[in-house]
Amino acid sequence: MAAAAAGPGPGSGPGDSPEGPEAEAPERRRKAHGMLKLYYGLSEGETAGRPPGSDPLDPTDLNGAHFDPEVYLDKLRRECPLAQLMDSETDMVRQIRALDSDMQTLVYENYNKFISATDTIRKMKNDFRKMEDEMDRLATNMAVITDFSARISATLQDRHERITKLAGVHALLRKLQFLFELPSRLTQCVELGAYGQAVRYQGRARAVLQQYQHLPSFRAIQDDCQVITARLAQQLRQRFREGGSGAPEQAECVELLLALGEPAEELCAEFLAHARGRLEAELRSLEAELGPSPPAPDVLEFTDHGGSGFVGGLCQVASAYQELFAAQGPAGAEKLAAFTRELGGRYFALVERRLAQEQGSGDNSLLVRALDRFHRRLRAPGALLAAAGLAEAATEIVERVARERLGHHLQGLRAAFLGCLTDVRQALAAPRLAGKEGPGLAELLANVASSILSHIKASLAAVHLFTAKEVSFSNKPYFRGEFCSQGVREGLIVGFIRSMCQTAQSFCDSPGEKGGATPPALLLLLSRLCLDYETATISYILTLTDEQFLVQDQSPVTPVSTLCAEARETARRLLTHYVKVQGLVISQMLRKSVETRDWLSTLEPRNVRAVMKRVVEDTTAIDVQVGLLYEEGVRKAQSSDSSKRTFSVYSSSRQQGRYAPSYTPSAPMDTNLLSNIQKLFSERIDVFSPVEFNKVSVLTGIIKISLKTLLECVRLRTFGRFGLQQVQVDCHFLQLYLWRFVADEELVHLLLDEVVASAALRCPDPVPMEPSVVEVICERG
Amino acid sequence: MEDDAPVIYGLEFQARALTPQTAETDAIRFLVGTQSLKYDNQIHIIDFDDENNILNKNVLLHQVGEIWHISTSPADRGVLATCYNKPSDSKVLTCAAVWRMPKELEPGSHESPDDSSSTAHSLELLCHLDNTAHGSTACVMWEPTGDGKKVISLADNHILLWDLQESSGRAVLSSSASLEGKGQLKFTSGRWSPHHTGTQVATANDTTIRGWDTRSMSQIYCIENAHGQLVRDLDFNPNKQYYLASCGDDCKVRFWDTRSVTEPVKTLEEHSHWVWSIRYNHSHDQLVLTGSSDSRVILSNMVSISSEPFGHLVDDDDLSDQEERRPEEKSQEPPQDSVIATYEEHEDSVYAVDWSSADPWLFASLSYDGRLVINRVPRALKYHILL
Repeated sequence: MAAAAAGPGPGSGPGDSPEGPEAEAPERRRKAHGMLKLYYGLSEGETAGRPPGSDPLDPTDLNGAHFDPEVYLDKLRRECPLAQLMDSETDMVRQIRALDSDMQTLVYENYNKFISATDTIRKMKNDFRKMEDEMDRLATNMAVITDFSARISATLQDRHERITKLAGVHALLRKLQFLFELPSRLTQCVELGAYGQAVRYQGRARAVLQQYQHLPSFRAIQDDCQVITARLAQQLRQRFREGGSGAPEQAECVELLLALGEPAEELCAEFLAHARGRLEAELRSLEAELGPSPPAPDVLEFTDHGGSGFVGGLCQVASAYQELFAAQGPAGAEKLAAFTRELGGRYFALVERRLAQEQGSGDNSLLVRALDRFHRRLRAPGALLAAAGLAEAATEIVERVARERLGHHLQGLRAAFLGCLTDVRQALAAPRLAGKEGPGLAELLANVASSILSHIKASLAAVHLFTAKEVSFSNKPYFRGEFCSQGVREGLIVGFIRSMCQTAQSFCDSPGEKGGATPPALLLLLSRLCLDYETATISYILTLTDEQFLVQDQSPVTPVSTLCAEARETARRLLTHYVKVQGLVISQMLRKSVETRDWLSTLEPRNVRAVMKRVVEDTTAIDVQVGLLYEEGVRKAQSSDSSKRTFSVYSSSRQQGRYAPSYTPSAPMDTNLLSNIQKLFSERIDVFSPVEFNKVSVLTGIIKISLKTLLECVRLRTFGRFGLQQVQVDCHFLQLYLWRFVADEELVHLLLDEVVASAALRCPDPVPMEPSVVEVICERG
Repeated sequence: MEDDAPVIYGLEFQARALTPQTAETDAIRFLVGTQSLKYDNQIHIIDFDDENNILNKNVLLHQVGEIWHISTSPADRGVLATCYNKPSDSKVLTCAAVWRMPKELEPGSHESPDDSSSTAHSLELLCHLDNTAHGSTACVMWEPTGDGKKVISLADNHILLWDLQESSGRAVLSSSASLEGKGQLKFTSGRWSPHHTGTQVATANDTTIRGWDTRSMSQIYCIENAHGQLVRDLDFNPNKQYYLASCGDDCKVRFWDTRSVTEPVKTLEEHSHWVWSIRYNHSHDQLVLTGSSDSRVILSNMVSISSEPFGHLVDDDDLSDQEERRPEEKSQEPPQDSVIATYEEHEDSVYAVDWSSADPWLFASLSYDGRLVINRVPRALKYHILL
């Protein structure tokens, strides 16, 4: 290796260090590369910079296997100039020297090692020889020992056999002694009350006695034993029947009796009967707690009692029974299941009665804890006795209670809503002291909304206890699925919102309809409330619910949009109804004022009638009221001067059209042409039309209703000249004040126009008042 | 299609009073009374020629005053009664009188329309229903099936039964009753029931509907708060004796069973303003006509409370040519009450509607601006009811 490293090819570059390990790798690679090239027959000329002697088969390769000094020399001589020859010679000499010194170093290093190895081998030879001698001696000794041992065994053989026999006899004798002593021992045990010991003795002896009963002496013992055993059994039974002792002792008795070979069937029945007695006593004490007039331990205490007393007892009985009578097979298990079912049923009935008493109370946490305990306690016997179905029954009860609680909360929410309404009514009806306004409508609305919302939240929180993680029944499928989606979301929340809408709508259909039943402000407030629900609250509440009760159930639920639509419809109906009621109030005022006046013999109008001022006042009040809750809304652009135009229309075209005295019977449809044409161009007025959710629309509705009433009433009367003028004055007055409330003032013009025109028709002597005078009167009044 | 188009007739004056000629069963004829304070009022007798779709009219002068209500004798085609305002300086009193048309205008005496148009005939006064002691007369009702001798008029809070004697030449007050109570009670309208051999009358005052026995003149039932506001009109179901329809200022139409008056049988709310007039079709009582001051006339199909059972299951089985129609009919069960049509030909408040006494498929409506519109029940519905 040193040689390989020390002999690089003559053409290797000046950068190649001859000995470095890092030079080896490229060198080797280059070799492999060269071989590959050779294999593929690549021309050597292409590998520029490579010494031509890299070919391993090349006889000129100094390191190659086939190196031929003659050829190499020849080649050098032929190819190289003198200087290069000289160089390569010096180089060669230097390399040879290096190789020589390397070789010497190696020889020196290894020489000592050879010498010490030779020494060691010689020493080993001596040691082995000594060891061989000792091994021989060991073999002879072992042979002697074996010999001795054989002799000793032979000597002791005989005695060993005798000892074994004697030991056997001894054991037998002890057994016999036990047998002979048995009757007295048994008696003693029975007297001392160590029944367990006695039964154990008896059990040990029984088989032997059975086997040897043909021998008279054994027979006597057996007879004695049987007598004693009978007595023992008697006593055990006695103790068992007395029943005063607890379940574990009874179980022990039964176990002993079974061991004595008593009939299991009978014991089983008796055991159950005893257990029944005890458990019934528990049930009775529970029932006493229920009582006709309960001293009321709270429900938690009750379920605790039931759990520890009855359920604990039942558990003990069941486990003891299963231990004792496991041999009975399915029939025995069936008996136990029936037993458990019956008693369990009675227990459930009691629990349900107690829970029913709890329905009215508002405290959910206590109830949930009680239910939790109840359910938890029943899991143990439930696992023990799957056949009796206790756990299922318990879950059912819990579910039923949960459902009832939901119903209870729904009722509570409804009641709260109605309570809110009553409060609002009272607040609205409370007499307003002069100078001291009651709470504003907006404030009332906020109160109602927040109070309902807090009630809803409280209910949700209370109901949420049922699904808390630490509650044992919360992972039942019912509580994870149906309870959340159908129960809470649909039943409670959606149900409440629906019932709220219905309650609100019922105000619209109140049969009296005289307006007295529901204060209009309440209608307005409810309408706004429903609208608020539609815009925000419903989605908020439902999101809250969905978040709290992670609804996993796939059953369909009412989408938010449906509820919103319902709420909006309710709001719309309420507002429409509000418009009707308020419109009716003003209508009645106008109607009375028209119907009760003697229009023929009225005096020349000096001022606006008081009722018109009242109408304007009321309208303003309504405007303020609605403005508290609803936005302004849009109105059409107003003409700059609206008051004058109206009556000029009346006094020109309209008048001529209507009074054309055409007596000649003419073709249909020409006399009223003018007025009809005029009507064609004005839109038909829908008096009781649905309203939008803004102030202007509401006020427009009310004013439309009022003015239409005025029109119809005027048409039923006959007016004198001054009557007509009074109507003129009144209408102008209304015109002056009402236009600002409505969406389209044109509407007020049209209707008032009609009123004056109709009054003129109903007047045998129509002499309208000068518009300027009308204006003066109106401004004065 | 063309036949279904409405026929419109315009009067020169305002008008509220409309009635069919009750005794006439062949020709389609309506009477309209005008309201004018300044000119002589008229009664237009409008004949409708169904085949040619032409209106013929005759005008009678009614000089005593503007007509608020008009009704015709069920027995004598020439006799009619009007309620009219007597013009006076200081106060208005509505009187009632019985009139006879001139002979030549009675149906049967066919006379060229040219003659009648040239001259306005006058009515012949038969007698006054003297009400000066009782107040303004709201309406006059003829005994529906009688011989035209009995008339009831409603005057303020009095209900007066008159006997017309000497061929209607004299009216004798045979009995009367009056409504007592707080405030000024005033009858607004009334209807004489065609059932019970004409012994029952229903009246409306304010929001209350009352039933009266004409023999004893005592109240037999009372529907308090029948409507939220004033009751404007009533009509009896011609085929079901206890059924009554009413309408009023609360924009509603209500149907009542007079045997149990606490709740309406049915309520409609189609109009957008006061409903002034309601009429059952004389033959097919599921067709109900209402006119309102929202200028609309609505024809409703009240199948669920009509006397005619819905569907014709038994008959249809025999008719092979109706195979295609039958599944359609069956799908429509159970009966649905519906609005058949809304007529919007009027521009002003419609105060009166009525069916023709001759053609059960034809009706007229009158609006305040004097426009009389004659319409027909849609043909599809007509065939549906008939077949």
